[in-house]
Amino acid sequence: MTIQEIYQRLVDRFGADKITGINEKATDPWIEVAPAAIGEVAQFLKGDDQLALDSLNNLSATDFLETDAKLAAKFPYQPHTEVVYHLYSFRRKHRAVIKVKFDRWKNNEAGQLPEVPTVSHVWGIADWHEREAYDMMGIHFVGHPNLVRILCPDDWEGYPLRKDYEFPEEYHGVRGQ
Amino acid sequence: MSTTLEDPRLVEFDVRTDEMLVNMGPQHPSTHGVLRLLLRTDGEVVHETTPHLGYLHRCAEKIGENLTGPQWIPYTDRMDYLAGMNMNLGLALTFEKLLKLEVPEKAMTLRVIIAEMGRIASHLVGMGAYGLDLGTFSPFLYAFREREIILDLFEEVCGARLTYSYITIGGATHDLPSQITIPPGLASLTGKSPNLKMSWTEACLLFLEWLEKRIFEYHTLLTRNSIFIKRTAGSGIMSGEMAISYGCTGPVLRGSGVDFDLRRDGEPIYTRMYEGYNYDIPFAMFEGIKNIPSEVVLGDNWCRFFVRMLEVTQSIRLVRQALDKYPKTAGTFRVPFKMSTKLPVDECYLETESPRGQMGFYIVGDGQAEPLRARAKSSCFCNLSVTGPLCEGILIADIPAIVGSLDIVMGEIDR
Repeated sequence: MTIQEIYQRLVDRFGADKITGINEKATDPWIEVAPAAIGEVAQFLKGDDQLALDSLNNLSATDFLETDAKLAAKFPYQPHTEVVYHLYSFRRKHRAVIKVKFDRWKNNEAGQLPEVPTVSHVWGIADWHEREAYDMMGIHFVGHPNLVRILCPDDWEGYPLRKDYEFPEEYHGVRGQ
Repeated sequence: MSTTLEDPRLVEFDVRTDEMLVNMGPQHPSTHGVLRLLLRTDGEVVHETTPHLGYLHRCAEKIGENLTGPQWIPYTDRMDYLAGMNMNLGLALTFEKLLKLEVPEKAMTLRVIIAEMGRIASHLVGMGAYGLDLGTFSPFLYAFREREIILDLFEEVCGARLTYSYITIGGATHDLPSQITIPPGLASLTGKSPNLKMSWTEACLLFLEWLEKRIFEYHTLLTRNSIFIKRTAGSGIMSGEMAISYGCTGPVLRGSGVDFDLRRDGEPIYTRMYEGYNYDIPFAMFEGIKNIPSEVVLGDNWCRFFVRMLEVTQSIRLVRQALDKYPKTAGTFRVPFKMSTKLPVDECYLETESPRGQMGFYIVGDGQAEPLRARAKSSCFCNLSVTGPLCEGILIADIPAIVGSLDIVMGEIDR
């Protein structure tokens, strides 16, 4: 199936308020899904016989923000955070990219982690990928069975891949910078 | 009436002792680097395995956001340090896909030669280290003797032995040398004069010819060794569905009976490199191969190991064909690419078949030369995630056999 057909099938099933958009011009065309709906959409993407997207190749998060005031004027994106799901179907041999976009902080209050429903019950590997996204980008995956840091130590502060992350001055007596 | 026990492990479940938490690692030799496995055990039986990672985390993705593409390539070497060439290739192709850069045919053939030689070197270590995990030392020494010559050949090509940074955006940094001195290891093994001068392709062919005859020795040492079969066959069984759900790729996926290889089934920018080559993709249960030990079950440790062994043979075939084709190919080994090339406001994701599985890179551009987001999706990370479910209800001694069969490299997992 092409990305257009996948999009059409999703819109037919969930309606345009949950499947919010499609970008066909990108190198990897992607479909945008409302954050609150990603849990049920994921279930459908894997379970539906036509789509059968049984493999989650990659789950990653990106922080769209330009901290440099000079470059910020030319920055082509609105500040936001997004989670990207790269999917592949072993049975149907097609690919799909699903995106979920949301504010950088919940209710725009700095420090309040944005919330996205988990997909770890759909694809086993999402468990670890979501832990990594939580660790690095500070996204709270609601319903995740074990949302703890995976690469950084448990007592690490902050979310290193956020663009406004400040490097720690010291960690347990080890001087940084 | 006498009672016989079909499975002695059942007794252990019956007679419960106190639970004990055992730390395996991070400096345990059989964990292939700094991996810590936290085992909840009852006597000899493991009830739960929790991998703890991050000991080798070097912020590669954060660094990638502050460097341009060519500058990030040396960092990919240090992710999977046993297959640096294949990691370079993955990143270079991702940038080429994003920038829609066309690579000449000569560069593509050169990349096939180098990537497949890298695969051979990596699988040799995988085989040797797996034997080491299971308590046999000799295969490791043979594997390293062979790998040494591949490293010598790579050194002639790019000057480095482990962290190559050779394949770069637009092609490779150098052409294959037209004249080299025969690698010392190869000279002594083949009985040639150590001062013999030959072209790189001749040396490579000489090595392949020598290696091909040795492969049956590895099979005698490990594959058909009855102790090895007893340790590996029938344990760590993973079904194809489970492998797909946990994102397992590469030999781990093919060992579970899924016929999938990105060199054939991947995206066009990658598969076109391998067009016109004759090679097979081995997967369990190995149709057409005789004498599979009767204890072997689909998706067990032995299958994963055997897929790697067969892939070495296929890689040799590929390199031979590519070496044959190389002098006749058109174009140059590299198209110029400026370090300061600005990335488009676009993003792309590409996976390539690296020896340990599908290595993915995800690049988001924002009009600057440095990407906004540089993500490396590690294949071993996904392969390792399956250890928890695989290591339930097994004996402690089987854990090295299962973790070893996944053939992980911690540098790639922790990035």
